[in-house]
Amino acid sequence: MKKNLYVYLDSNATTRVDDEVAKYILNFYTNDYAVASSQFSHTPGIRAKDAIDKSRYLIAKAINSSPEEVIFTSGATESNNLAIKGVAFANLNSKRKKIIVSKIEHFSVLHTAESLEKFGFEIEYLNVNHEGFVDLNHLASLIDDNTLLVSIMFANHEVGTIQDIKNASEIAHKYGAYFHTDAAVAFLQVPIDVNLLGIDLMSITAHKIYGPKGVGALYIRKGTKIEKIIEGGYQEFNLRAGTENVPGIAGFGKAVEIFSQEDLKKVRNLRDYLYEQIKENISGVYLNGASDFNKRIPNNLNVSFDYIEGESVVLHLDMRGIAVITGSACFSRSLQASHILLAMGFTHERAHGSIRFGLHKYLTKEDIDWTVENVKEVVEKLRKLSPLSK
Amino acid sequence: MSLSYSEKVLKYFLNPVNVGELKDADAIATEGSPACGDMIKLFLKVNKDTKVIEDIKFKSYGCASNIATASVITELAKGKTLDEAKKITWTDAAEYLGGLPPVKVHCAVLAVDALKTAIENYEHTHGLLKEKKPTDEKIVRERLKHVINPLTGLDVLQGNLIKDIKIKDGRIDITLNMAKNNQFAGNISEEIKERLEPLWDVKEVNIILQES
Repeated sequence: MKKNLYVYLDSNATTRVDDEVAKYILNFYTNDYAVASSQFSHTPGIRAKDAIDKSRYLIAKAINSSPEEVIFTSGATESNNLAIKGVAFANLNSKRKKIIVSKIEHFSVLHTAESLEKFGFEIEYLNVNHEGFVDLNHLASLIDDNTLLVSIMFANHEVGTIQDIKNASEIAHKYGAYFHTDAAVAFLQVPIDVNLLGIDLMSITAHKIYGPKGVGALYIRKGTKIEKIIEGGYQEFNLRAGTENVPGIAGFGKAVEIFSQEDLKKVRNLRDYLYEQIKENISGVYLNGASDFNKRIPNNLNVSFDYIEGESVVLHLDMRGIAVITGSACFSRSLQASHILLAMGFTHERAHGSIRFGLHKYLTKEDIDWTVENVKEVVEKLRKLSPLSK
Repeated sequence: MSLSYSEKVLKYFLNPVNVGELKDADAIATEGSPACGDMIKLFLKVNKDTKVIEDIKFKSYGCASNIATASVITELAKGKTLDEAKKITWTDAAEYLGGLPPVKVHCAVLAVDALKTAIENYEHTHGLLKEKKPTDEKIVRERLKHVINPLTGLDVLQGNLIKDIKIKDGRIDITLNMAKNNQFAGNISEEIKERLEPLWDVKEVNIILQES
């Protein structure tokens, strides 16, 4: 066993911060540490404001929006809260009381939507198929003129499936509803043009693209009726109060600026190689999520192994220096199997046996070979123990 | 995550003891189901005269604590008489392991249940019951509570899978609300049989499935 090798494969959760980003951020803690309270500020304050403006511009450019349409937040969870609650509260007097979300959303969308029931909103949940694609016919059948907002994630964080956002937003707009998408794991992993795709609100985050944790953004199309959910000062065009996280925002912009398509291609190739090798070396493996790899984010692979439970796999691999996660109930704080895999119509058994591999640019082919070797050993070891093995 | 387990749990997880099957087992018990994420199958070899558990093996589909607690339970039971082994509790196993995270206590409970059921099955099939109650629908239903539908994670009673139960002259006929070609029909039928066949006065268990 290679003792000093630690293979981190949980990049759909978070990524390591790029060295260049980390270096850039440090300056805003120790040198340019002022806050950007006013455009008529002192020199250090203006430097902070310039850094924020630069990040806003870089992010806007990446999604083809105007800079004024990008609001910085503390992360995708806050962005999802701001998008859904902000639109709901700003439209309390409207007759539109229906909010439609998919069943495989992140909890920050599902639980936010649920929390609006007590304000008189009715929440509807969209089915997904076996590969994790949202059923747009179901959307067409649920939506009506009383629908305020449709929220469908751009890509799923567990199984990687990329949704047909263009057609989803078209259906929403046909009924005059707003369209929001949680693009936390999709941003920069897939090309996103908010105008081409008809997106009204979009949540993104820095820490999944080699940027820092604790900073995200919400794209809000000009003209969207929305109000702030955190009261205080007038920061972020009066839509998000609180002293700006200048180092985080600066780091977010830097991460976007240096994000490389070449690295992304490398990640995609390594992911494809990982899947090939797993299929070739291990029996009883099932792919979870889109089988068309062009409809998966490039850094995600999710498979289930027959006859074994995921927590044991995770623990064994961890002791061997490999970090992955599982959708098994045994792994979760709530002892619930992944709501995403269950919504896709899988048995609990398949959910318990699922393992997610999240890849990133720092991996090598050697890391993948070593991972496959260990996964094979662990799976075989656990199958010997399993009463279900044939 | 590994930090939430004690060193002893991790030790047994990495090197479980008494793993495997006993081909000539005197009693077998299965508890849990893959649907719940935890499942253990236990095999007993018992000395007919002394009633000492001479050999015990297990197989586990489950998390680290499931594997570790099953290891410990088998270790504690080996060499004990059936009556002594019956007294082993899940707290014995948890204490022996240096504690379990609260959400994992059910794994220890499951392992102890498997041991108790295996002993009970042995008593049924070897004429050791102190009080021989004739098998009735209540007893059958009690045992069916432990058979889980892999699709829903509910037991066959909660899941409304039992259409009818007939008990006559040592023969039990169970009619299921399930089509013959259902992918889990074989699985569930087998588990029901395994649950009911050890009952002392049962000679035959017959599962009736719906035409598809």
